[in-house]
Amino acid sequence: MMTVYTDVVCPFCGCLCDDLEVTVEDGEIAGVKNACAVSRSKFMNHGENRIETTTVDGKAVDYEEAVKAAAKILATARRPLVYGLSSTECVAIGKAVELAELVGGVVDNTSSVCHGPTILALQQVGESKTTLGEVKNRADLIVFWGSNPTEAHLRHIIRYSAMPKGMYTPEGRKSRYVVAVDVRETRMARVADEFLKVEPGKDFELLLVLRAAVRGAEVQADQVAGISKEQIKALAGRMKAAKMGIIFFGLGLTQSDGRHMNIDAAVGLVTELNHHTKFLLTPMRGHYNVAGANTVTTWQTGYPYAVDFARGYPRYNPGEYTSVDLLAKGEADAALIIASDPGATFPADAAKRLAKIPVVTLDQKVTPTTMLSKVVIPVATAGVEAEGTAYRMDGVPLRLKKVVEPHGGIRSDAEVLEMIIERVRALKEGS
Amino acid sequence: MVDVIVKGGFVFDPLNGVDGEKMDVFISGGKVVEDLNEREAKVVDATGMTVMPGGVDLHSHIAGSKINIGRLMRPEDHRKDVVPRTKVTRGGVGYSCPSTFVAGYRYAQMGYTTVMEAAMPPLGARHVHEELNDTPIFDKAAFTLFGNNHFTLKYVKEGDIDKLKAFIAWLLRATRGYAVKIVNPGGVENWKWGKNVGGLDDLVYNYEVSPRQIVTSLAKANEELGLPHTIHLHCNNLGVPGNYETTIETMDAVKDIRPKDGRRTTIHVVHVQFNALDGENWMNVRSGAHKIAKYVNANPHVTIDLGQAIFTDTTTMTGDGPWQFRLYNLTGNKWVNSDVEMEAGAGVVPYTFRKDNPANAIQWAIGLELALHVYDPWRVYMTTDHPNGGPFTFYPRVIAWLMSRKARTDTMLEVNKAVMKRTTLANVYREYSFGEIATVTRAATAKVLGLEKKGHLGPGADADVSVYNVDPTTWRPSMYRDIEKAFARAAYTIKGSEVVVKDGEVVAAPLGKTFWVDAKVPEEAEAELMKDLEAEFRDYYTVSLSNYPVQDAYLPVQQPMAVDGRRGW
Repeated sequence: MMTVYTDVVCPFCGCLCDDLEVTVEDGEIAGVKNACAVSRSKFMNHGENRIETTTVDGKAVDYEEAVKAAAKILATARRPLVYGLSSTECVAIGKAVELAELVGGVVDNTSSVCHGPTILALQQVGESKTTLGEVKNRADLIVFWGSNPTEAHLRHIIRYSAMPKGMYTPEGRKSRYVVAVDVRETRMARVADEFLKVEPGKDFELLLVLRAAVRGAEVQADQVAGISKEQIKALAGRMKAAKMGIIFFGLGLTQSDGRHMNIDAAVGLVTELNHHTKFLLTPMRGHYNVAGANTVTTWQTGYPYAVDFARGYPRYNPGEYTSVDLLAKGEADAALIIASDPGATFPADAAKRLAKIPVVTLDQKVTPTTMLSKVVIPVATAGVEAEGTAYRMDGVPLRLKKVVEPHGGIRSDAEVLEMIIERVRALKEGS
Repeated sequence: MVDVIVKGGFVFDPLNGVDGEKMDVFISGGKVVEDLNEREAKVVDATGMTVMPGGVDLHSHIAGSKINIGRLMRPEDHRKDVVPRTKVTRGGVGYSCPSTFVAGYRYAQMGYTTVMEAAMPPLGARHVHEELNDTPIFDKAAFTLFGNNHFTLKYVKEGDIDKLKAFIAWLLRATRGYAVKIVNPGGVENWKWGKNVGGLDDLVYNYEVSPRQIVTSLAKANEELGLPHTIHLHCNNLGVPGNYETTIETMDAVKDIRPKDGRRTTIHVVHVQFNALDGENWMNVRSGAHKIAKYVNANPHVTIDLGQAIFTDTTTMTGDGPWQFRLYNLTGNKWVNSDVEMEAGAGVVPYTFRKDNPANAIQWAIGLELALHVYDPWRVYMTTDHPNGGPFTFYPRVIAWLMSRKARTDTMLEVNKAVMKRTTLANVYREYSFGEIATVTRAATAKVLGLEKKGHLGPGADADVSVYNVDPTTWRPSMYRDIEKAFARAAYTIKGSEVVVKDGEVVAAPLGKTFWVDAKVPEEAEAELMKDLEAEFRDYYTVSLSNYPVQDAYLPVQQPMAVDGRRGW
């Protein structure tokens, strides 16, 4: 039997392309159309390298046993950490927050190691942003700053930014001027009309001098951050003359020297430009639902990540309640990892601590994190084997589809988390 | 469900003509009934207390991207108001941008059981409903933004009211929305080029239509369809001194539109406090409230709500992007702008209303002047436009100001003297009665929303009841602090038979239902519309048409309201 699912939302990157066509034959994915290479691979290989069974201490057990063990670890820990969440759907994220509250722990998501600084800047000065369709329809100047969609968000420039024909951009790519700012000549730099090779760690200076130039100040230095005075003046002029412009920025800006100060400067530049024309900026979010992780955590607690429930109410302090810090300082004494692989991606000190404490991991695939976990619970892949909501990088919520039955009858993140919550509640009420 | 009797209270049920009579309210199966077997019912003792239908807020920003941006950008706001979890409630934060759970609890603690989210961008509708599903206790609905939507502008330009009607019906269904919300018509579309409109007859770029055409077309379509609520309008020129003229002009523009059967009104103008400014600039700004009130008094087709300003630190958030940029420039506070492709936009800026600021003092007075100068309490409603004028948790204070001239005088003495010279408030002696408070906070709002089971305690009404610990027979306006206290913490709030608040504390937190409007239009009209939608979604949107409508999974407890819009097609 063959079923074709159209307009499937891709659960890979923050683009959430929603035009995929997935063909399912006899319960297996047989083909994917319209997808980028990464997305195709995610769909076609979703059955590879799967965690075969629920385990406690490496021994195969049933769901009930694993949930019991997980609940006991979390309910008895003094400072449990709940981390991950950016590659699952929103109901699961909400349950994770609820569980963290119930056990008086900390809930954090991957934005603490990617766009956390973007949020800090927003809390400091704000942000002028838009959904991607405005860019498609109106933008005649697009700047990619410290971001490389040609390798990280493969269909971004085709669907949303540099290429598409929109309402007031009838000639697509020809209707736009595209600028790339980066420390090295990426593929994006070669696709752009203009490339500014900024000296590493000097983005802040360049943003400030651009802002000054937009304000009409005379640039006196011959060059700033490796960019000539003429180029700076020309770009400032071009920005002011644009009908609608936008800066898409990535980790090149958020995770290089200056971090949130860089974003602060970029927001300042954009705000300044709004006195002359329409200008916006939007972060290039990585994981497909990292925006959702921030969104759900914010509506439930008031804060986007690094939320501590030790006092029964939410507190927020990036640098203290962020996962890397909590682990590296040896504070966290148990962890629940959902849809993430900190064992592979965290700095050594944090990863080492993770290997020492009891860890419960919910994931689909075998990863370094599952290998160091005490309890491993395989779960369905959201967007392939389970439904749910994901938020696109620009905040647009879309419904993920279920196209095949879960691998080996396993449950979704949300279902497993609900089971753990019930078990923890029973333990707490029993005591 | 256990039957309940609310016994011995003084009941204020204006829709049924009950004004403080001592009587019992009988509840069975989630509804108010005429009588009960007393022996099998749970008794709620309301002896010596005030009993009203559950509060109905028709304009508040509680769910969706805007309020969530407010929450996200204001950790400093949360720090001063933290809410620990209890056995029955979730933890969270409060103040101007409360977390979803806390918003649900706090409305219930004030005796409110129905709340309308005032601005839902269609593309973000799923977000609104997800948040509403995490907002416990009260019943709710969300108003869909129409005033700057591409298809609205397109059909207004073509003068095709039938297609506009078909589009309204479709978009309300697609977003599970309840009413036609309009924010700065035309201005938000122009803001996408960094511009605005300056008045009713300015033009929208590329579409060449005016705000006047947008408002009148939407009002006409709204009434012809026979939607439960009128258009819900945030006027042009919000926050611009002298804007009271635009406000009156806008009201007058829809004067000749025929309301749907059974209704006299054709327009609801929101948070008029921000749109009732006289004067030329912020230096010489003065109140235009009495002029607007005079117009409203003489014209029965208009309803308004206050958008009362509160002296506190709050967070402004509107679908009016250009206004928020203007406010950013006035204050220098942090500024978030958020445009939504093809249809809407928004902005968020923190703001503090200060007692010593002349303009703020005037704004404070304007809200109260509107409430006191408009004689018909069925057409002026109490709101703070939460959180724009101030957090909804200040409603009890607004009630005190409305019911007590002494409360107003005591505040007037603390604020900038501009309030004496540039407003009429000091000369107003009117004080609201309990019945009038019940009208402007529940009966009249339920009525104008078309929620027939809300806002009253007649047989068949939803069993939403609030009991306040104040004796209306002995209360005097000088005791305004008592009234504030009583309305801040209901002795009981009953939501559909269940006691959810007792002595001001939340004791149960069920999930309320979501209302939305399901309007029928002729099949051919819908088919014609779909042709346009299919072509233009493909060309201009970044999501496919099939992924756009809100799925049923987002409405676990829903109540669609069927409307037959085919009459007179």
